[in-house]
Amino acid sequence: MESINVNESIVKNADFTEEIGIESGQPVQKCYQCGKCTAGCPLTFAMDYKPNQVIRMVQLGMKDELLKCQTIWICSNCSTCTTRCPCNVEVAEVMGALRIMAGKSGTTPPGKAKYVEVMYDALLGTVERFGRTYEVGLVMQNNLKSGKLFNNADMGMPMFQRGKLKLLPTKVQGAAEVARIFAEVRKMEGGVK
Amino acid sequence: MRYAYFPGCSYHGTGKEYELSTHAVAKKLGMELVTIPDWSCCGATASHGKSHLLNIALPSRNLGIAEGMGIGEVTTGCAACYQQLANANKKMIENEDLRNKVNSITGKPYKGTLKVKSIVEAIGIVDPETIKSQVVKPLTGLKVACYYGCLLVRPPEITGFDDPENPMFIDNIMKLAGAEVLDWAHKTECCGASLGVSNLDVAVRMIDRILAAAVESDADCIAVACPFCHLNLDWHQKSVNRKLGKSYDIPVFYFTELLGLSMGISPDELGFKTHFTDTKKVLSVVG
Amino acid sequence: MAKRIGLFICWCGSNIGGVVDVPRVVEETKNYPGVAFATDYKYMCSEPGQNLIISKVKEHNLDRVVVASCTPMLHEPTFRKAIARAGLNPYMFDMANIREQCSWVHSNDKEAATQKAIALVKRALAKVSQVEPLFESSIPITKKALVVGAGIAGIQVALDIADSGHEVILLERESTIGGNMVKLDKTFPTMDCSACISTPKMVQAAQHPNITIMTYAELVDVQGYIGNFEITIKQKARYVDHTICTGCGLCTEKCPTKVLSSFELGMGKRKAIYIEFPQAVPNKPVIDPDNCRYLKNGKCGICKKLCPVGAVDFEQKDELIEEKVGAIVIATGYDLIKWEEIYGEYGYGRFKDVITGLQFERLVNASGPTNGLIQRPSDGKEPKTVVFIKCVGSRDEAKAKEYCSRACCMYTAKHAHQVIEKIEGGHAYIFYMDVRTPGKAYDEFYRRTVDEGAQYIRGRVSKIYQSGDKLVVMGADTLLGSAVHIEADLVVLATAMVPTEGSEKIAQLAGVNIDKDGFFIEAHPKLRPVETMTGGVFLAGACQGPKDIPDTVSQASGAAAKVAALLSNEEMATDPMICHIDEKMCSGCLVCKEVCPYKAISEKTITERIAGQPVERMVASVNTGLCQGCGNCTVACRAGAANLKGYTNLQLLSEVDALCR
Repeated sequence: MESINVNESIVKNADFTEEIGIESGQPVQKCYQCGKCTAGCPLTFAMDYKPNQVIRMVQLGMKDELLKCQTIWICSNCSTCTTRCPCNVEVAEVMGALRIMAGKSGTTPPGKAKYVEVMYDALLGTVERFGRTYEVGLVMQNNLKSGKLFNNADMGMPMFQRGKLKLLPTKVQGAAEVARIFAEVRKMEGGVK
Repeated sequence: MRYAYFPGCSYHGTGKEYELSTHAVAKKLGMELVTIPDWSCCGATASHGKSHLLNIALPSRNLGIAEGMGIGEVTTGCAACYQQLANANKKMIENEDLRNKVNSITGKPYKGTLKVKSIVEAIGIVDPETIKSQVVKPLTGLKVACYYGCLLVRPPEITGFDDPENPMFIDNIMKLAGAEVLDWAHKTECCGASLGVSNLDVAVRMIDRILAAAVESDADCIAVACPFCHLNLDWHQKSVNRKLGKSYDIPVFYFTELLGLSMGISPDELGFKTHFTDTKKVLSVVG
Repeated sequence: MAKRIGLFICWCGSNIGGVVDVPRVVEETKNYPGVAFATDYKYMCSEPGQNLIISKVKEHNLDRVVVASCTPMLHEPTFRKAIARAGLNPYMFDMANIREQCSWVHSNDKEAATQKAIALVKRALAKVSQVEPLFESSIPITKKALVVGAGIAGIQVALDIADSGHEVILLERESTIGGNMVKLDKTFPTMDCSACISTPKMVQAAQHPNITIMTYAELVDVQGYIGNFEITIKQKARYVDHTICTGCGLCTEKCPTKVLSSFELGMGKRKAIYIEFPQAVPNKPVIDPDNCRYLKNGKCGICKKLCPVGAVDFEQKDELIEEKVGAIVIATGYDLIKWEEIYGEYGYGRFKDVITGLQFERLVNASGPTNGLIQRPSDGKEPKTVVFIKCVGSRDEAKAKEYCSRACCMYTAKHAHQVIEKIEGGHAYIFYMDVRTPGKAYDEFYRRTVDEGAQYIRGRVSKIYQSGDKLVVMGADTLLGSAVHIEADLVVLATAMVPTEGSEKIAQLAGVNIDKDGFFIEAHPKLRPVETMTGGVFLAGACQGPKDIPDTVSQASGAAAKVAALLSNEEMATDPMICHIDEKMCSGCLVCKEVCPYKAISEKTITERIAGQPVERMVASVNTGLCQGCGNCTVACRAGAANLKGYTNLQLLSEVDALCR
């Protein structure tokens, strides 16, 4: 990493730090970098920045680096960090706020993170259409968009044989109502895909 | 006890056994589960990373419908649905501005009068004597590693019915069913959740840790309370074996299946056939 | 007679004069009704300044004085003494604070500061117009002190007071004096043996002619006030008559009941009749009634049969003892936080080989349960890999305490050193957030531990779990930017110091406040650190806040000096600014009694003549020794009968009037 002009970063991105604080509802400035979040996180092996580093980067206004990082998408929202943080910072909520901001900014996350976003979009896409998650549709869409066509395909047949895959989606009578929720949220917030 | 019941999207798919066994067990315990009419998806793990408003609105539509049923409490089996409903319930009760905003877009306004309970809690608070009186085939000698995962117990501000570090609700239910429960290290470690779909390479390493800890504790099987946990630990056991060169073969049950078994409900009725791991081993221990 | 006020306005160099236009303040206030003389001076508190006041009082026949300068906290006593030297009653005086409350805080707006200074001076003039002479009275002093708690703090206080020639009661609820310090092995940074330096002090206290040690006894009541406390102590039944017991030890040897020893922190055992440790003072046993077979179900009694002098007495009862003392020192010390109830991620105490620092002290102590061999509790094996975790319960506002416990960084460095020194092939790993070593030769000690090979890892630990016979410690190394884990044989937690159990009750009895964490509050954190807001009650040691031994002993000697100064007087002056009840106006409702925090108000019956007939009625009465002049009663009194002398309702209203004009 290049030497960071801390003052410039903090001043330039003060709005970013504040927005993440408000969106997540978390007092990120209270973090004293004990690393307990990182110590308990089950996913650090797949992250580019560790959870404590993410909080530090929010404190320092490192917006660009955060919005294109893997970590915020790899985070499974298991909340181990949140539960154990000695400073009452709900780290998982900060990750969530960063994901939302990254999604809205249109930044396409690289690598593994991309598959997470594709999966979220696929899932919410079926919900918007049918009112409920449609597992087959979800996997097919997921595979199409992620480019991993045969991902999980070997599992499909045994699933089907066990009656665990319904080939046709169940449609909720109020599906239109659910679709309207998506439309309204989009109108209010803008940017939700 | 009557509950408004939220099945969740996996109810006739990946979580089929959970749905079957939950209803079978509830019937034995005299719990009435009334399905929320025309329920819709709670947003699962996806909406949390997409929009705060959507994340509250999707479950709130269901809370709005449930409120109209005149039953004070909602329950659901899926841990992710439970967390989504409980989280939305808390936020809708606490934050009036949010409540008004959400109610203006869901078409099913929610006043904030409900309590949301996981099916684990709902069964866990049943009088132990009532449960014992239904146990006709105690699971004597069966060593169960009870697995809670994340969303049932964390964050405690939202869940709060059980201890986040050493939860005991499922353990206590399994003890009533006659099983031997194990104090093991990975009760609440994350299984990877939807990473099992999006990034299996990552998820298998998380699943591996949990399976290894269960095997180390000498468990005959694992009991879970979430379709995602079940999918990862059961279905993906093969993936772990293949990708990481392991040879796990440990059955994974919904806790309701094991409870149902102890109540003399037939394995078929509980959905034992639809597992990916071999359930026969357990059936032979129990006899 | 017309009032003749002298007004003296101070520049305080440029502190006031650089902001406030002092000559203008004089100009604007010198014609205030009653002002007979007004002037300003550069430093009013200096000797020439004081002499100026004295000479002008005489010259202009002034009968009261206002000084406008700094806070009364600083120089009110100075100026009171000055006008007393000029022959006035020292309470014919008031001060206007135009420095802290004016020039310092309004340095960016000179005009507004000057206006405010004028207003503040007028306020003081209004007040001083209403003051009346007040007179101090005196009360006798009981020349004896009570020290509550006989750890190293209490012992040091008792010895210092006793050496200055006053009697001391040293009270301890356990069966021996010594507290936590005698449990320790070595003391940082010099590595003196803790027992070698503390047990001689215990003996010294026991042998001192001015010290009465009362062990196995608790404070149950405190009445009275500074110089004149009446206390009640409960002597718990020991079931052994210590006046005849010789301490031969036959009883403890033969007692068939073994229970976990609290002195050994649950890592060793003792009998139901026991002496806590071989150097205990007094070195005589007590019977633990919860575990004694005879006291529980009337069977056994072996100790009584064997005792060669017949000292065992199962009929002994708790006894109440009353004493009079002039001062009380609270030295109740600390406990370690109950981490087992809080830290599920560290196993809630389920893993035997996760212990506290104090337990480690017993493990490494030659007189401890393992004779000083470091053996882990689960299987008695010597641990090779020992992990230390600092700040468990400290600096954790989410689960426990926000504060730093101050001693842990040093004792953990000491423990790490002992692991490396005593265990062949031993490794010590310390998870820390900061290393805090502000003390003489402290940082040098810590650095030496690092040189010896202790591995410091910057990060907290998120979880400990058992895997086979190892404990897996999941931590972070934030300097490395990575999660790390260690397979440990033993884990030692540096747990937070908290006020000892029951200190809240002592606070209530002594009328002293405690903070949100339960520590006793000193009168002033910097300038009055060993006093409390209650006269005659002092603090020493960790009951006031986490402390190590050097700080504890220093504070103890400080408290003892304060007590000795108090007890060296035959009698003491009382503050005349206390409550006064106008009996004519008092309706006898006694609301004042309920709101008085010092128990200074009681009821009394007076006889009045109404229509020629004597009529008895109830009114409130103030104990001038107990009243601290807080003013609660004056606010609560609906009739306006209660008034604080020096701050009467009339005086306050005239001040408000002056300010609002």
